[in-house]
This record gives sequence, structure tokens and C-alpha cells, in this order.
Amino acid sequence: MESFFDISVLIVIAVLLLSLLLAFVRVVTGPTLPDRVAALELVNVIVVAFIAMYTVWSGQVAFIDASVSLALIAFVSTLAFARFVMRGSES
Amino acid sequence: MTATDARDLVAILLMLAGAAFILVAALGLLRMPDLPMRLHATSKAGTLGAGLILAGVAVFHWELGVTTRGLVTVLFLILTGPVAAHLIARSGYFALRVKLWEGTGVNELAQNHARQAKGREAGPGDGSPRVT
Repeated sequence: MESFFDISVLIVIAVLLLSLLLAFVRVVTGPTLPDRVAALELVNVIVVAFIAMYTVWSGQVAFIDASVSLALIAFVSTLAFARFVMRGSES
Repeated sequence: MTATDARDLVAILLMLAGAAFILVAALGLLRMPDLPMRLHATSKAGTLGAGLILAGVAVFHWELGVTTRGLVTVLFLILTGPVAAHLIARSGYFALRVKLWEGTGVNELAQNHARQAKGREAGPGDGSPRVT
């Protein structure tokens, strides 16, 4: 029984995976460090959305907690990167 | 059409729109020529796309706990996305001196923050209006 809803959820998940692949290409080929960090930021956002879609696909709503905590950790890691780069340039 | 069907339709429309925005963000990240343009693509379109998908998930489940967590995640993404992009762009421009695209016309940072940008070599887009 594949309804319109199930096929649409699969399409959304496939588009998210394609976007993840494109972002990883920029992580590998990014010429400078901030390019890679920007790409990893987008990877984090995509994974947050993907975990949220997985709760729809599997029906296990507990996974949305992982989505919340990953969004929190992503911001802190970006903050740490910025402090690290600015500190390193002054010394 | 029952209420559940209508809610599923709204949810799947939100999810499809969010996936389209995230795809646009990834394409922009891959195709744009320098760091500020890549951040321009990823920060706004990526945050909007993930926010739409999380709103769709919140509408789909429609329980108090799950919907609240989804909406809190949307709020948090909207709050932290611009701050994170600003930090990355600032550290890239001032600390790592990332080269801008050669077609950059106006660079107001070069004039207003000349003290912090000291030592940055004069390049395209450093204050002078673009010729041709």
C-alpha cells in the first residue's frame, strides 16, 4: 500500500540525501577553512531535518529529541570554531 | 476528506517546500564563487528549509510534546542560524583573510573597519568603485 503520502515522504528524504551529498562535496573541495565550516553547518541543518523526517517515516516520535539536541550542539561547535580562529590570529 | 487527511496534506506540502529550499541551499553552497555568497545561500535558505520541514513534522504528529519540541527547534534554528553565519563570515574575513570574488563591486567593511582589516592586501572590492 503505497499512498501519495508515503511516496512524498520518500521524495523528501531522497532530496535531503542529495543535498547532503552536495554539501559533502563542498566539505571535501572547499578551498579554505571557513568554507568547510559553512558546509558542515549546512550538513548539521540537513541532518536535523533528516532526523525529523525519520520520525515521520518510522513512527517513533522519540527521535525528535535527537533533532533538538543536534541543533543545540551545532551552534556551540560553530561558536567554538569562531573563537578558535579569532584567538589564533591575534597571537 | 477528514481532518487527519487535511492535516497530512498540509504537513506534506510543508515538507516538500522545505526539501526544495534545502536543495537550493546545497546547490548555492556548491556553485557560489566565494565565502560570503556561500554563506548567503546556506544560512537563509537552509534555515528556512529545515524550519519548514520541522513545522511539517510538528503538524504531522500533532501531539502536545512532539509538536512543542518541533516548534522549539524551529525557533532555535531561526535564532542561531544568522549568528553562526555572521561568526563564520567575520572570522573568515578578518582572521583568515579569505579572498573575495574578483567581481565584487562594493565592500563597505573595507572602509568602516579599516583598523581591524589592517594588513589585508588591497584587492578587488576593497572600497574603490568598480571600473567597467
